[in-house]
Amino acid sequence: MATIPDLEQDIIERFGPHLAYSSGVRLETGIEPDRLVQTHCCFCGQQCGIQLKVKDNQVIGFEPREDFPFNRGMLCPKGVKRYLQGSHPDRLLSAYERDKKSEGGFRSVTYQKAVERVAAEIKRIQSEFGNDAFGVLSGASLTTEKTYLMGKFARLCLKTANIDYNGRLCMVSAAAGNKKAFGIDRAANPWSDILKSEVVLIAGANVAECAPITTNYVWQARENGARIIVIDPRITPIARTCDLFLPVKPGRDVALFNGILHLMIEHNLLDHQFIEQETVGFDSVAEQVREWNPKRTAEVTGISEKAIRQAAEWWGEARTSFLLHARGIEHHSHGVQNVLGAINLVLASGRIGREGCGYATITGQGNGQGGREHGQKCDQLPGGRDISNPEHRAYVAGVWGVDAAELPGAGVDAYEIFRKIDRGEIRGLLSICFNPKVSLPDSKFVTRALEKLEFYVAIDFFLSETAHHADIVLPGSLHEEDEGVVTQIEGRVIKINKAVDPPGDARQDWRIIQDVAKALGRERGFTFSEPREIFKELRVASRGGIADYSGITYEKIERQQGVFWPCVSDDDPGTERLFEKGSWNPIAKGAGRFYFADGKARFNVAQYAPPAEDVDQEYPIILTTGRVVSHFLSGTQTRRIGPLIDQYPEPKVEMHPRLAEKLGVEDGDWVTVESRRGRVTLRAHVVATIRPDTVFIPYHWAGNQSANLLTISAQDPISKIPEYKVCAVRVSKTD
Amino acid sequence: MAVPRHNQFFIDPNRCIGCQACVQACSECDTHKGHPMIHLEYVDRAHSVQTVPVVCMHCEAPTCAEVCPADAIKRTEDGVVQTARKPRCIACNNCVLACPFGVPEMETELKLMMKCDMCYDRTSVGKKPMCATVCPSQALFFGTMEEIERLRPRSTPINQFKFGRQIIATKVHIMIPKTGRAAYIDVTAAMDERSMGKDITLMILDEMLDVRG
Repeated sequence: MATIPDLEQDIIERFGPHLAYSSGVRLETGIEPDRLVQTHCCFCGQQCGIQLKVKDNQVIGFEPREDFPFNRGMLCPKGVKRYLQGSHPDRLLSAYERDKKSEGGFRSVTYQKAVERVAAEIKRIQSEFGNDAFGVLSGASLTTEKTYLMGKFARLCLKTANIDYNGRLCMVSAAAGNKKAFGIDRAANPWSDILKSEVVLIAGANVAECAPITTNYVWQARENGARIIVIDPRITPIARTCDLFLPVKPGRDVALFNGILHLMIEHNLLDHQFIEQETVGFDSVAEQVREWNPKRTAEVTGISEKAIRQAAEWWGEARTSFLLHARGIEHHSHGVQNVLGAINLVLASGRIGREGCGYATITGQGNGQGGREHGQKCDQLPGGRDISNPEHRAYVAGVWGVDAAELPGAGVDAYEIFRKIDRGEIRGLLSICFNPKVSLPDSKFVTRALEKLEFYVAIDFFLSETAHHADIVLPGSLHEEDEGVVTQIEGRVIKINKAVDPPGDARQDWRIIQDVAKALGRERGFTFSEPREIFKELRVASRGGIADYSGITYEKIERQQGVFWPCVSDDDPGTERLFEKGSWNPIAKGAGRFYFADGKARFNVAQYAPPAEDVDQEYPIILTTGRVVSHFLSGTQTRRIGPLIDQYPEPKVEMHPRLAEKLGVEDGDWVTVESRRGRVTLRAHVVATIRPDTVFIPYHWAGNQSANLLTISAQDPISKIPEYKVCAVRVSKTD
Repeated sequence: MAVPRHNQFFIDPNRCIGCQACVQACSECDTHKGHPMIHLEYVDRAHSVQTVPVVCMHCEAPTCAEVCPADAIKRTEDGVVQTARKPRCIACNNCVLACPFGVPEMETELKLMMKCDMCYDRTSVGKKPMCATVCPSQALFFGTMEEIERLRPRSTPINQFKFGRQIIATKVHIMIPKTGRAAYIDVTAAMDERSMGKDITLMILDEMLDVRG
């Protein structure tokens, strides 16, 4: 339903974002907490261990958690201040119904009445327009139990094909590339292998701001003698003191990888034995990279030939290494090609599957890994299974006690769901843990689609900007109000522990989903009484799949400080490092260490193509977007935490002094950035740490500060990830 | 109880990523909630992302205490220079002006000088200071001399600083690259030049880019 524009300010006044600071008992000294709850941070994929101080059902602060091996007490500013999201004035304490006459555009209604209305609208829309006319959008900050339940709810209860999740904005290019090359989608190594690497190559990852604790691993590797190579259009804090900085022109990563491989072949810096015995496809890749000589690579990437040669020499000659990449190479209309280009460098070196020889993508969201494994993706069933594979369907249908024919087929990706809404094919939507109005590209289009919905129900703990459009809002739970597992950056399954009860009428998300199922009269399969029961079913549903959790229990997680999947039986401690020599997997069945029938890894030709929207006379500057250290994703949480807003209060446009001079702009001036889709006016931040042909805007903000008013909805044809990292803009000083 | 002697504080600016986890965590400390005592500054943001965190250096002969007319600043036996004692502090600002490292801050609302006391409430019971515990890059490190020497073979800890003719010895160490081995850091010598250190610049770009727009 359309949000009446003049209500927007009312909504913000009533529902925030307002800023929370320490006050009351949180500010008093000498307060003894009732208990310390050992759990993890609610934000990024590193999932740092943390202890929450609890007093009178309120989280009043934190203590570092030094026993958790990944972070040993370390935290970033978001982790330090995360406790301020609890007891927040903006917290949704009841269900709400749209009512433009009420203050803030919504009126409080009883939970039961709200759930009944949701069920009635689902029934009405599905009976009128078909089951697929109701869509579901979920998220990867939820526990794995919830993500499993969301997939099951869409397929079994709503019988809709159209469910997808916000990992579509995050992990899918890496996932697709990993599956094509290795047959499995998980960090290949624990982070401890970074410490034993001679070269650490970081491609498109602002490690210091987006995965801050990983910094210590990189710095320690350097102390141990490693060379650090960073590929980024900006000198990020991790790039500042690296040994080799490759300031790639946005959107040209695959050209760089191909150019490096070209030199590795030319100088015979290859592991021939590994390539011959344990991979397929090298010859075609070698043939294809022939054209990527240093001169051409330099021309396309904007990096000097000398630096490219140096990278190839160091990478080629290393005996051990770790390649890390993140959204910087993945958020592209050819994101999968970029990932494949990076993986080709790993495979050509043969440095995988042993100590100090590693490869990983840096997951973004808290459960970026676990959230992409158990069935909330549009084409996936639990255990990393394929919804189009008859055997996989039969297995999961068996676990769920239904006929495989009853399960819908593959749906469409999250952005395509909005296109379907725009075309009238999807009429109703349920969303949880997803704020697409801020996080999806070309947000004007997303807003237009939201306004076309006949019925929209949002489950949330704060009223996100997307939820402004909701007809019904159901009050969900914060991270610290529920328990369950998540899988962190290394593939380690860990346990989130409950610290406090949800306040007011708010309740745990999985209960809300089950209540909707019950109100629909389809509660079979949705009668779990605790997350542990959901996890038990998930373990069975994942058994035999690639993401096999069947040997994982809450107790084992606690005992071992996490369990790396796959973990297939009670006495299996889990798999810390993938692809070790002699390892067994259910696809290769002993034929080799990679997850294909022949056990061999795949080289894939990585094709270069320019970005979907290259610069031209009219829009001559590249826009790239990303994050800052004190905010997280669409900012629903961090824009409500005072000290984090104080640290970085508003988005700025980073530009090089040479570009600024050309535009007549000085540091702090207001500038207008325009693309073919929209415009924003923000302050300029003139710094010599960015390429002069590129401007950078962080994307955590909403409304007229939103970088995604500018970005393009071009998507990778395989992964469907949007091209957040490149579009064409023009910039002018604002009068 | 005293700070265990074997654990020491080391600042390694080379590692700092400017994330402010230390600042945010410092303001959570029980003795000064809401008031961070760490200074974290960009050296020259227009040219570099380099940042430097500064905690109280805990001088052996603390200038702040020497200039305090009210004798409000005490150094414990184990070498920790405490924040001003509230009953004594007259908020005269002498310490703020005199400290060579610029550490003490005057909290005008409280009429009290406040500064880092190395989390005395934590360190005196065997815990690490809050900032060094959370620091994601371990630019702030709390541990033994043996540990730092083993973990950071490329650097040397220095705890003598030259300000003009005054040499100050401190409890806190600064890590400097071994290639720049020195008995002390000459602070005044560095005051007139922009510190770029080993910073990467975009010179590569200057050679080859034509800027459009």
